[in-house]
Amino acid sequence: RFRDIAAILATHTAQMKLFASEGNPHCLKALAALEVTGVQCDVQYVNHEERVVPFLSRPALPALLLPNGLYLFSSNAICRYLFEVSGQESSDLCSQWLEWEATDLQPAVLRALHVAVLQGKGAEVSKALQGPLNYLDQSLSKRTTPYLTAESVSVADVVLWSALYPALSASSLASVQAWFDRVAAIQGCQAAAQKVLQGKGLQGMKNYMQRQPAPQSSQCRDTLSHNSSPTECDEGERVVSEEEMEAAALTWSKGLDSCPVATERQHPILPQEGKRNILLTSALPYVNNVPHLGNIIGCVLSADVFSRYGRLRGWNLLFICGTDEYGTATENKAREEGLTPQQICDKYHAVHASIYKWFQIDFDFFGRTTTKKQTEIAQDIFWRLHKRDFLVEDTVEQLRCESCQRFLADRFVEGICPFCNYPEARGDQCDKCGRLINAVELREPQCKVCRQTPVIRSSKHLFLDLPKLEGQLDEWLDKSTGSGDWTANAKQITRSWLRDGLKPRCITRDLKWGTPVPHPDFAEKVFYVWFDAPIGYLSITANYTDQWEKWWKNPQQVELYNFMAKDNVPFHSVVFPCSLLGAQDNYTLVNHLVATEYLNYEDTKFSKSRGVGVFGDMAQDTGIPSDVWRFYLLYLRPEGQDSAFSWADMALKNNSELLNNLGNFINRAGMFVSKFFDGCVPVMELQQEDKRLLAQVGWELRQYIQLMDKVKIRDALKHILNISRHGNQYIQVNEPWKNIKGGDSERQRASTVTGLSVNIACLLSVMLQPYMPAVSQTIRKQLNAPESCINTMLQGTGTFVCALTAGHRIGTVSPLFQKLEADQIEALKKRFGGQQVFDVHEATSQNTASAKPAAAPAPVAVAETAAVNGADPERARQLTQAVAEQGDKVRTLKAQKAEKAVITAEVAMLLDLKKQLALAEGKSPEPTPQKGKKK
Amino acid sequence: MALRELSSLEKYLGLKKPNKYSTQGDKKVPVLQSNNGAPVAGLVTIACHLVKQAQRPELLGDSAESRAVVQQWLEYRVARLDVCTKDDIKITLKDLNLYLQDKVYLAGNQFTLADIFMYYGIHPLIVDLAVQEKEKYVNVTRWFDHVQHYPGVRHHLPLVVVLRNRVYTSGHH
Repeated sequence: RFRDIAAILATHTAQMKLFASEGNPHCLKALAALEVTGVQCDVQYVNHEERVVPFLSRPALPALLLPNGLYLFSSNAICRYLFEVSGQESSDLCSQWLEWEATDLQPAVLRALHVAVLQGKGAEVSKALQGPLNYLDQSLSKRTTPYLTAESVSVADVVLWSALYPALSASSLASVQAWFDRVAAIQGCQAAAQKVLQGKGLQGMKNYMQRQPAPQSSQCRDTLSHNSSPTECDEGERVVSEEEMEAAALTWSKGLDSCPVATERQHPILPQEGKRNILLTSALPYVNNVPHLGNIIGCVLSADVFSRYGRLRGWNLLFICGTDEYGTATENKAREEGLTPQQICDKYHAVHASIYKWFQIDFDFFGRTTTKKQTEIAQDIFWRLHKRDFLVEDTVEQLRCESCQRFLADRFVEGICPFCNYPEARGDQCDKCGRLINAVELREPQCKVCRQTPVIRSSKHLFLDLPKLEGQLDEWLDKSTGSGDWTANAKQITRSWLRDGLKPRCITRDLKWGTPVPHPDFAEKVFYVWFDAPIGYLSITANYTDQWEKWWKNPQQVELYNFMAKDNVPFHSVVFPCSLLGAQDNYTLVNHLVATEYLNYEDTKFSKSRGVGVFGDMAQDTGIPSDVWRFYLLYLRPEGQDSAFSWADMALKNNSELLNNLGNFINRAGMFVSKFFDGCVPVMELQQEDKRLLAQVGWELRQYIQLMDKVKIRDALKHILNISRHGNQYIQVNEPWKNIKGGDSERQRASTVTGLSVNIACLLSVMLQPYMPAVSQTIRKQLNAPESCINTMLQGTGTFVCALTAGHRIGTVSPLFQKLEADQIEALKKRFGGQQVFDVHEATSQNTASAKPAAAPAPVAVAETAAVNGADPERARQLTQAVAEQGDKVRTLKAQKAEKAVITAEVAMLLDLKKQLALAEGKSPEPTPQKGKKK
Repeated sequence: MALRELSSLEKYLGLKKPNKYSTQGDKKVPVLQSNNGAPVAGLVTIACHLVKQAQRPELLGDSAESRAVVQQWLEYRVARLDVCTKDDIKITLKDLNLYLQDKVYLAGNQFTLADIFMYYGIHPLIVDLAVQEKEKYVNVTRWFDHVQHYPGVRHHLPLVVVLRNRVYTSGHH
């Protein structure tokens, strides 16, 4: 019946065109609707990545080009339209099913396909689809018609069937199964399924699914926006149950007795039977640059926090790093400074080592790549690859400077851009037009060192045959990314490399400063750094212990973590694994690849040449302690998205989080013990309220451990700060300084509150250890805490026990942190560049401020004067204080359980102050999260 | 939230007596209890139902093509916009900005139900935008301002101030 009408409409729809891609489950709906309605329409198959719809940034298929030139990019709207032009308008009931499909079924199907296709867990499909299928089954069983909405098939049947078909082979729900079979029996449906999936089932969709972002677990914007920074989290409205409170009190009462004492590290650390053996590497920093803060947080600092945590957890762990020393850049630097490459490496290796020492990076071994072991191991891997036919030979054309007697690396050639005629194009890229250039294509090339014209020479090189290894790599990647903790960016970058297809990669270079290629046909050549450098992990371990193979050729016993910034991912996930897979020597391959995004400096990039940013060696000259640097960098860790270092923010976080929150709590707890109880921990008698606190703290501790186990370093820090916030609130409400002057029961209350607080301080010292090792040590010293508390608290899922029992004598308590003053910060900001950038911000914020509607009245007089000003350090200082005061006020009100309206008003004032502060600091104000919005 | 939108729509449509709604499930999907016939569930489905009830079919589009476009944006609202993560916000606004470059309303030159519900849905995102960003997504802002001033639409939502002169002419933010 549709076919007749469709024939009449054929002229109308002649210009229509459907774009689809094979293996894309969404396309099944549109194709099935086409088949069932018989509407005439061209179908064009394109790549998954093809951007058909001009206004969408991400590819969206299927897409229907309408006769009027508009595009439909939603498969349901396409189906609905096809049914309408064939004479069947959608009923309310149809619409209702379509809406349900889009909002409820589709997210579940995508999750199901994700686990089934990419993680190979076909068995979990039914679990993922359970909710929606039950709903569908109930609805179907109540109906008397064979189809969803009527006696005959409708758009709702086609859409739902097509949505389910790719994921669902059979259902145990009788009504669903009967309906599903009935729709499947319609001829057009099967034909469409064959076109999309090509009879390949789940595997047919692999290619498509790999290109999709991982589905979110039903989180939406409102919950996410609270997570934007570690402090602005929801203020713990979590309900604590009676059982939780009793369980927490039981754990607490166990004390330290039963736990093992921390063992000293004994070198060399080797894998042990029955232990969790972890080999942890941080990307090797290139020797001739002084690392900046971004480098430090990206690799060594993140790896250090995780390795410290791992040791606290009792894992048998080896943390390896070193400087990457070979390559042209080193040769050049040597020429500049009039030293030999070896001298340059010696000099800068020492610079690196001292910077990391200052940052308290606790390597088990910090080595270098210019060693005999490096040559041995790299050459061994080379020969193994060669014997197994994974190396191919090819000729490469290169520029050679006859007067310098060397081949020129891309960055040592300059010339006229062949595309835009820019006269100073570099050998790899033109700065003017941005196009990538092959150095031999430059017009009038010049050697940057001597300004002579180089000649083109062809020379023979060896290539690693990546395409030949792709199958093995694919299989290993599926396993590793499926079972290990790979960050999302690592998986995504790796996928995009595989998607573009692997090409052979050149592993040799015409240089002197490198590991020599041992093959006689390639004498005088060295290995390309990307081939050579990762082998440094192995050779550095070999320099640490002769038994290095127990770590590196032992995938059965060893788990390997690689830490790096995201630009390094492909070398660790594709290229280096290919070298090791091809060499076939039972190598340990990466299990967990942890990559950070980038850290910017005051919203621009770190730049050595422009003098913008803080570099490792300068941090120590600022007078700000290493631990505070570590805290702020970790607080900002670009985990999941880029972040920016800002001086004003650093001061704010130091003053609000470290000084007012964490430091304040620990100091008060210790001071109460000293002042009211002669330095001895008093007797504690737990009441309901205390048990509730124990449960709250226990919960935060468990969250911390769960996140740290997954290397969510920044998120875990939030829970440390939450604990001291709970603690401050608890002290504020219970007022031990008043109770101590009261009668017996009040005095007992003061004892309990003080005892519990000082124990929380002890727990905090343990949780802080990976982040701020010196402060952590200081706290334990001040509390005279037994060392065994370190290991006890982080056992299993986390155990908060009473480590400082009644009668325990604590040491001398003193403040842990110092305030960072605005003028001090201002001076630092000026000193480290930012100036130019600062100006831009000033202009921006000025406009922002003046363009805003009149600001709400603020409680401090200064606030009114400056609403029109741009960045203003003096005002920022006043506002910082006002924010801190207002923050305290809000906390106190909350602690006193004041009326909601009162709190809301004060919070609004606080947010307004923060906004003004942001403006005064020359930042555009953060969008305030929409609190109280209910979904 | 959804219920307030529906009540605003009822006022816009001039429906005399307000309908009764309930919600179902964890996601609080609105359900319209009607006297004659089965209940109708889902924000978009109910909205379309009300429009038909008020005999204002032009709000759903006046041709098969524009009806499809209206349905597409209504679906976009509930299936994409409502679950868009923080990271997606910029892309969403960028895409919409490009789409609206040559259009007065979402379905072209005619005001439709899609404008009303996209406006309700995008309101929280626009409220959070800084002045510079509003200028960056100038077509979205223009459309948004237009819809919020469309007689009878805004009801439950606060007005967002939109500047009509450009503050940042350089385009450098």
